[in-house]
Amino acid sequence: MKLSRRDYIKANAVAVAAGVAGMTAPSTASNLLTESSKTALTWSKAPCRFCGTGCSVMVGTKEGKVVATHGDVKAEVNRGLNCVKGYFLSKIMYGKDRLKTPLLRMKDGKYHKEGEFTPVSWDVAFDTMADKFKSAIKAKGPTSVGMFGSGQWTVWEGYAASKLMKAGFASNNIDPNARHCMASAVGGFMRTFGIDEPMGCYDDIEATDAFVLWGSNMAEMHPILWTRVADRRLSAPNTKVAVLSTYEHRCFDLADIPMVFTPQTDLAILNFIANYIIQNDKVNQDFVSKHVNFRRGNDDIGYGLRPEHELQKKAKNVDKAGGSSEMSFEEFKAFVADYTVEKVSKLSGVPENRLIELAELYADPNRKVVSFWTMGFNQHTRGVWCNNLIYNIHLLVGKISTPGNSPFSLTGQPSACGTAREVGTFSHRLPADMVVKNPKHRAIAEKIWKIPAGVIPPKPGFHAVLQNRMLKDGKLNAYWVMCNNNMQAAPNFNEEGYPGYRNPENFIVVSDPYPTVTAEAADLILPTAMWVEKEGAYGNAERRTQFWHQLVDAPGEARSDLWQLMEFSKRFTTDEVWPADVLKENPEYKGKTLFEVLYQNGNVDKFPLEQTHKDYANQESNDFGFYVQKGLFEEYATFGRGHAHDLAPFETYHKERGLRWPVVDGKETKWRFKEGSDPYAKPGSDYDFYGKPDGRAVIFALPYEPAAESPDEEYDLWLSTGRVLEHWHSGSMTQRVPELYKAFPDAVVFMHPDDANQRGLRRGQEVKVVSRRGEIVTRVETRGRNKPPKGLVFVPWFDASQLINKVTLDATDPLSKQTDFKKCAIKVVATGRA
Amino acid sequence: MKRFLVHITTAVGLLALASTTALSDGAATLRQGEPIASEAEAPKMNKVENNDVKRVRNYPEQPPTIPHQTRDYEISLNANKCLSCHARTRTGESQAPMVSVTHYMDRDNQVLATVSPRRYFCNQCHVTQVTAPPLVENEFIDVEHIIKGE
Repeated sequence: MKLSRRDYIKANAVAVAAGVAGMTAPSTASNLLTESSKTALTWSKAPCRFCGTGCSVMVGTKEGKVVATHGDVKAEVNRGLNCVKGYFLSKIMYGKDRLKTPLLRMKDGKYHKEGEFTPVSWDVAFDTMADKFKSAIKAKGPTSVGMFGSGQWTVWEGYAASKLMKAGFASNNIDPNARHCMASAVGGFMRTFGIDEPMGCYDDIEATDAFVLWGSNMAEMHPILWTRVADRRLSAPNTKVAVLSTYEHRCFDLADIPMVFTPQTDLAILNFIANYIIQNDKVNQDFVSKHVNFRRGNDDIGYGLRPEHELQKKAKNVDKAGGSSEMSFEEFKAFVADYTVEKVSKLSGVPENRLIELAELYADPNRKVVSFWTMGFNQHTRGVWCNNLIYNIHLLVGKISTPGNSPFSLTGQPSACGTAREVGTFSHRLPADMVVKNPKHRAIAEKIWKIPAGVIPPKPGFHAVLQNRMLKDGKLNAYWVMCNNNMQAAPNFNEEGYPGYRNPENFIVVSDPYPTVTAEAADLILPTAMWVEKEGAYGNAERRTQFWHQLVDAPGEARSDLWQLMEFSKRFTTDEVWPADVLKENPEYKGKTLFEVLYQNGNVDKFPLEQTHKDYANQESNDFGFYVQKGLFEEYATFGRGHAHDLAPFETYHKERGLRWPVVDGKETKWRFKEGSDPYAKPGSDYDFYGKPDGRAVIFALPYEPAAESPDEEYDLWLSTGRVLEHWHSGSMTQRVPELYKAFPDAVVFMHPDDANQRGLRRGQEVKVVSRRGEIVTRVETRGRNKPPKGLVFVPWFDASQLINKVTLDATDPLSKQTDFKKCAIKVVATGRA
Repeated sequence: MKRFLVHITTAVGLLALASTTALSDGAATLRQGEPIASEAEAPKMNKVENNDVKRVRNYPEQPPTIPHQTRDYEISLNANKCLSCHARTRTGESQAPMVSVTHYMDRDNQVLATVSPRRYFCNQCHVTQVTAPPLVENEFIDVEHIIKGE
């Protein structure tokens, strides 16, 4: 029924009149309720569920439901703003197809790999799962079990998972989806500085004179940081914005120096800038002589493909990819001298004058500069190199660790820093930047965890891409995927991921709130609580740790990842999983359950239930009988306290809008490595890169090398994949919010109009995007928000119906093991249908 | 639709759907029954709703969605097409809603003479809507329904 404005007012007048006449109309008839008991909402803070920016959100609840969300005005990060996804957080938990009970593939009443998903109890689910994990360990040892986790896990979920795998199952086969996202950034930090995560913070944005975006579409992927960049650029008109990308995107709308370069040539552009600085005598000699070493990195390191691949066999330093040797400044100068403006302009396609303008932003001693990068650098077969090379530039001119001078690696996920990196849920890592292959580090972890020496294996486990390969090869047989959608996210679906999950030798468990693509490929699906259905902690891209309370209950039998991990641990005893010799030497651990040794160890169960907040529910703590989150957090925090990763006491974070670590004497640290702002910088040092034994950061000589796969005659276009503003990652949450779905419903292939014309295609036409590995069916977009140059197309990966990772290549950075999702060769052909 | 959905019907209360094929292919709801190893036809490109009719917000703080076409709207260093109708001074002529007062405030909630540059890129919060029905129903409940006990 459609009412005119006049009809509408007439219809409502009845209710209003009743109110004025003092008649007791039923409350539903009144047009405005005012009684505070009815109208008051309960407001609580929580960090946003989506990207690594780490906006704080106020969450309004009423009668057990989230009814509203908005940006938190008290939060330093976002000061009351959210992006469109953040404003619709209220609806992400309410998709009608939420999973509410475990589902097991069954045939004739029992588990069968080709069975149909059937609702089962948690007991049946966990019993079946435990049986599969035990038989795998018994048959092939601890390397046959594995877990794929997430930079979206809460801090304590990642920590509990890491303990379960490394200290429980004695397996390092745990890796997070952050491997697809941040591993190259981690590699860059560790190699250049010896310690992970950015030295600066978001305050750099308001303090700087220039922004350079290297493969980062902040306008869509870090929208709230982009509001701060836009604010700075537009309110201080001398500020400059330079944007580099392989295609034009929304950040170009604010660019003073826009640059579209040929894929992979960013390596050459970075070296050109270093050369320009040296040739024009703009090196900060004082800084460089006191705080920097020079090293020559090994080149020709391969592409992280399977060892039998031609490219791997051809490369000379596959086994020594991380190697390097000393060199002098003069030698470094000679190394980069090759990267002249003429040569690099020709290689990259960026005009010479633009390259010089860009180099001047760094070279000019009177200009502060912030470099931002995300997946353009990190998802790169030379991703660690890109990270090293940008630090080279900042170090050469000493523009680092002071307000407004900041090489800033942005994080993709809400807790890629807090959980994946700081907790160390990678196959080679332990908390606080420690690694499994270092015996001292293992000893520290075993001591804090109160487990016997020798439980944590020294050999790094399978990383993300290797996990899929090992599943396919039948070497990884019992596998648990939590808090991510890796069948959709991982590269080379057809050749690695899908055959791996469906390999009859394997049992795959997927924990998720919704039936995702990955869930469909699984054998057991566990219904999972999400976001404010549990108490949580995230760490954002500027080292800010933020907490939230459980604000509503999860639907049905859905339980948090934390509960699932801890409850599952009860089904194992040490005798079933630990090395026999370790148990022989430590008989007091014999016969104990993993729950007892990992979570009832005197640390994790130290804090009583009474310490949980009286106004908020806490499903896990109530179930286990102690304050689980606090115990896990406090045990975890002992790794970093006194070691430049200090976290504040647990309760502090429930009060603050987050704090940036290291938090020393109650004070957060905004700029690391600078005396005066970082308590760990030694007195008199001025700058102290204390991650390295001699306090000096490293400038690396690393060359331009070509991509793993470039366009050729048949596969004649570059493919870059990525995200869009309205959807978070694989869309499992945002595609279920009608407003976000309707804002960007289906993936498309963005292409240059001339490329379309040349192939006889028009906008809206159905096409296949085809590589050597697979294809998807999509439609041509020639005038959307992304404007690729000729020769390159862009396809977003959020759409579960158009799995672009059937097309991508699983080439990785040999150092970081992170996939290059930005470069492979494809062709676009008409399907023949309209 | 596939049989899996029938099973989760009991589990999550989905509407009953006809059962045709066996196995759990098609479990991923967003694929509308297409098994993950195969490729469906691509849905037609949808039209953007362009009727200038305001939509009810889910809660007062929600940024309103855009009820009109915004194709070729420039928002750049040089120009902001949206503000040519929605800026305070233009609304008399355009009869478009004025951008809300919050948009005139800086990071410290001080009101500026013009729209705050932190709010410059309208498309970070305001989006158009296509005419397609949602893929999956959302059971978010409007707070008015909750307090009226509906």
